[in-house]
Amino acid sequence: MSATTHDHAHDHHDHKPAFLVRWLCSTNHKDIGTLYLSFAVVGGLVGGILSEIMRAQLNFPGSHIVTDGQQWNTIITSHGLLMIFFSVMPALIGGFGNWFIPLMIGSPDMAFPRLNNISFWLLPPAFILIIIGLFMGESGSGWTLYPPLSNQTYETGMGMDCTLFALHLAGASSLLGAINFITTIFNMRAPGMTLHKMPLFIWAMLVTAFLLLLSIPVLAGAITMLICDRNFGTAFFDPTGGGDPVLFQHLFWFFGHPEVYIMIVPGFGIISHVISTFSRKPIFGYLGMAYAMVAIGVIGFVVWAHHMFISGIDVDTRAYFMAATMVIAVPTGIKIFSWIATMWGGSVELKTPMLWAIGFLFVFTVGGVTGVVLANAGIDEIVHNTYYVVAHFHYVLSLGAVFSIFAGFYYWIGKMSGHQYPEFLGKVHFWLTFIGVNLTFFPQHFLGLSGMPRRYPDYPDAFAGWNFVSSIGAYIGGVAFLVFFYVLYRTFTSKEPVPANYWGEGATTLEWTLPSPPPYHTFAELPRFR
Amino acid sequence: MQRGYGPLKDEEIWLHDVVLVIITLITLFVAGLLVWVMWRYNARRNPVPTRTSHNTVIEVLWTVIPVLILVGIAIPSFRLVYFQDRTRDADLTIKVTGHQWYWEYTYPDNGNIDFSSYIIPDDQLKPGQRRLLEVDNQLVVPVGKNIRVLQTSGDVIHSWFIPAIGVQRYAIPGRTIETWFKVDQAGTFYGQCNQICGTNHSRMPIVVRAVPEKEFTAWLAEAKTKFSDAAQPERREIAAAEVQH
Repeated sequence: MSATTHDHAHDHHDHKPAFLVRWLCSTNHKDIGTLYLSFAVVGGLVGGILSEIMRAQLNFPGSHIVTDGQQWNTIITSHGLLMIFFSVMPALIGGFGNWFIPLMIGSPDMAFPRLNNISFWLLPPAFILIIIGLFMGESGSGWTLYPPLSNQTYETGMGMDCTLFALHLAGASSLLGAINFITTIFNMRAPGMTLHKMPLFIWAMLVTAFLLLLSIPVLAGAITMLICDRNFGTAFFDPTGGGDPVLFQHLFWFFGHPEVYIMIVPGFGIISHVISTFSRKPIFGYLGMAYAMVAIGVIGFVVWAHHMFISGIDVDTRAYFMAATMVIAVPTGIKIFSWIATMWGGSVELKTPMLWAIGFLFVFTVGGVTGVVLANAGIDEIVHNTYYVVAHFHYVLSLGAVFSIFAGFYYWIGKMSGHQYPEFLGKVHFWLTFIGVNLTFFPQHFLGLSGMPRRYPDYPDAFAGWNFVSSIGAYIGGVAFLVFFYVLYRTFTSKEPVPANYWGEGATTLEWTLPSPPPYHTFAELPRFR
Repeated sequence: MQRGYGPLKDEEIWLHDVVLVIITLITLFVAGLLVWVMWRYNARRNPVPTRTSHNTVIEVLWTVIPVLILVGIAIPSFRLVYFQDRTRDADLTIKVTGHQWYWEYTYPDNGNIDFSSYIIPDDQLKPGQRRLLEVDNQLVVPVGKNIRVLQTSGDVIHSWFIPAIGVQRYAIPGRTIETWFKVDQAGTFYGQCNQICGTNHSRMPIVVRAVPEKEFTAWLAEAKTKFSDAAQPERREIAAAEVQH
C-alpha cells in the first residue's frame, strides 16, 4: 500500500521524461519557460555583441571597424530585430509568462501545452534566418523595413527574404503564444479568483496577449505584401506600379506601436509585484493599475502615425496623432505614481530585485518624458530620426524593459531554479548596468538635439565628444553583462537550500505557496482563492 | 541644440525649451520622491508598514494634474504644427529630389535650373572644410523670403533635414511633399540625410547657402549658364542611361 502511494506521488510530482524528450518535446509550462529564458539570453548576447561593435565603430569619427555602409545597415537591422523579437519578447512573454501565469492563477499548466511547444520551437529557426540575413549582409533596411529600400531593386539578395521570413515565424510564434495565454487566463484560474482578484502580472500578460493578437496579423500582412513585391512582381509599395511606400509605414506602425507596449507592459506587471513585495504592502490603487494597463493598450492602437510626422501626412492628421499620443502619458503617470505610493508608508528593503525596480521607475520616467517631447509634431520636425529618438526608445526599452527583466530574474530565480543568487554580485550587476546604460544613452539626447541622424556609421567631427562618452558607457554596460553571466554561474553552483517563500510576508501570490523549485507538476489539486 | 536661423527653428526651440523645463521638473520630482521613500520608508527606519492601498483624492489629483499639464503643452504645440505646415505666399519654389546618394535641386520659377549636389569625399577636402558635410554644389536661397519646398525621390526614401533652419521632410518616391522655410540671416547651413537609404546614407549631406537678394539674382544668372544642359554634357548621358535602364 505504501509503495503504491509512493509511486502515485512520484508520478504526479517529479516524473520528468528523459533529457531529449524533456527539452525537445516539452509540453510543461515550466520547461518551456526555461527554454524561452535561455533563448532570450542567447538572443540578448548576440544583440549585445552587435551593440558593442556599433559603439566601438562610433567611438571616434572616421573609424573603420565596419568598413562598408551596407554591412553597417545590416548590423543595425539585426541588432534591433534580435533585441525585440529574440531577447525582450521571449524573456518577458514566453519566459516569465509561461513560468508564472499557471503558478499565479493556480492552474496545472497552460491551456494548450502542445501549442506552447510549437510556439517556442518556431523561434530557433527564425533566429537562424535572422543570423543568415546578418551574415549575408543583405538586410540593410533598418528594423522598420521601409520599402522601397527593402525592395528587390535595392536589397537584391536572399538575405532580406530570410529576415522577412524570420519575422513571419517569430510573429506566428507570438500569435500562438498569445492565443494560449488568453485562453489560459480566461478559463483556468483557480476557483474564486475573479478577474479583479488576479495578480497584476496576469493583468499585464492579458493586455499584452491581446495587443499581440490584434497587431501581429497586421505585421504579417505587411511583410507578406513586401515578400510578394520582392518575389512575385506585385506592386503594393512600389510607386512605379501604382503602389505607395507610405502604406507600408502605416501598416508597419499599426503593428509597431502596440509592439512597444507588448515589450513594456509585462514589465509593468513584474515591477508591481517586486515593489509590493519589498515594501511589504499591497499594491496601491490595484484597479487603477490594472485599468491603466488596459487604457495604455487601447490607446496604443490609435497613435501609430506619430512615427510618421514627417512622412508628408496631412496637418490635421498630425494634430490628431499628436493629441492622442500625449494622452498616453496620463495612464503611464498613474502607474508611476501608484508605484511610488505603494512604497510610501511601506517598509522598503533594498534587495537586488527592488534596486532594479526602482531603477526601472527612474529610467522609465526619463524615457517617458522624452516621449512627451517627441509627441509634439512641431518638435519632432527637428528630432525625428535623430539620436534623440534613439535615446528615448532605449530609455524605455533597453533600460525600462531590460530592467524589468532583471528585476523578474532576481525576484524569481530562487523559485525557478531552487538556487539563490549571490546578493552582493547582484547589486554589483545592478550598479554597473545602471551607470553604464545611463552613460551610454543620456548623452545621445544631446547628440540628437544637435542634429545627429541615426543609423550613421560615421559622423561629422562636431559630434565626437558625446559619442566618445556614449561608447565608454556601452563598454561598462558590456562588462555588467559579463557580471550577469558570473551571477548565473554562482547561482547555479550555490548549494544553499531555498525555502518556499524566501521573501517573507510581502510576497503574497500563489507561486510562493509552492516549494522552490516547484515540482514538475503543480496544482494537481486546485487551490481555493480566498 | 543648434542655434536657430529662421522663424521655424526659433519657434521649435521656444516650444522645446518650455517642454524641457516641464519634463525636467517632473523627472526631478519623481527622482526626489524615489529618494525620499527609499530613505524615509526604509525597513530599518519604518519596520512596520501601513496597509494603505487607496486614496481617492490623490488618485484623482495625479490623473487631473497631468492632463492639465498636457493641455498646456498641446496649445502652443498645435499652433506650431499649423505654422510649420506650408506657406501661403511663397516667394520662391524649389524642388528637392533625393537620389542614392546625392540631392538634386530644381528651381522651377527660374527656368528650371537643375543641378546635383554630391558630397566632397574626405580625400578631396580643402583645409577648413568639414568632413562629411561639404558638397560640390550648394543650394542657394535668398535671405528673408518664404521658400516653398517640394520634395520627392528618384529611388528610395530619404529625408531632407537641416537642423539650423528647423525643417525636415521625407523625400518619398511617387509622392510630392510640400513644406516651407525661411532664413533670417545670410550664412551656410548644414544638414544630412535623415532616413536610412542604403550604403552611403551618411554620405549625402545638404548645404544651404542663404545670400542677400541681390547676390541671389546674380547667382541665378550664373547658374543658368553653369547648369545648362550644354554645359553639362555628362548629364545628357546620365539621362539617356536612365531612360534605357
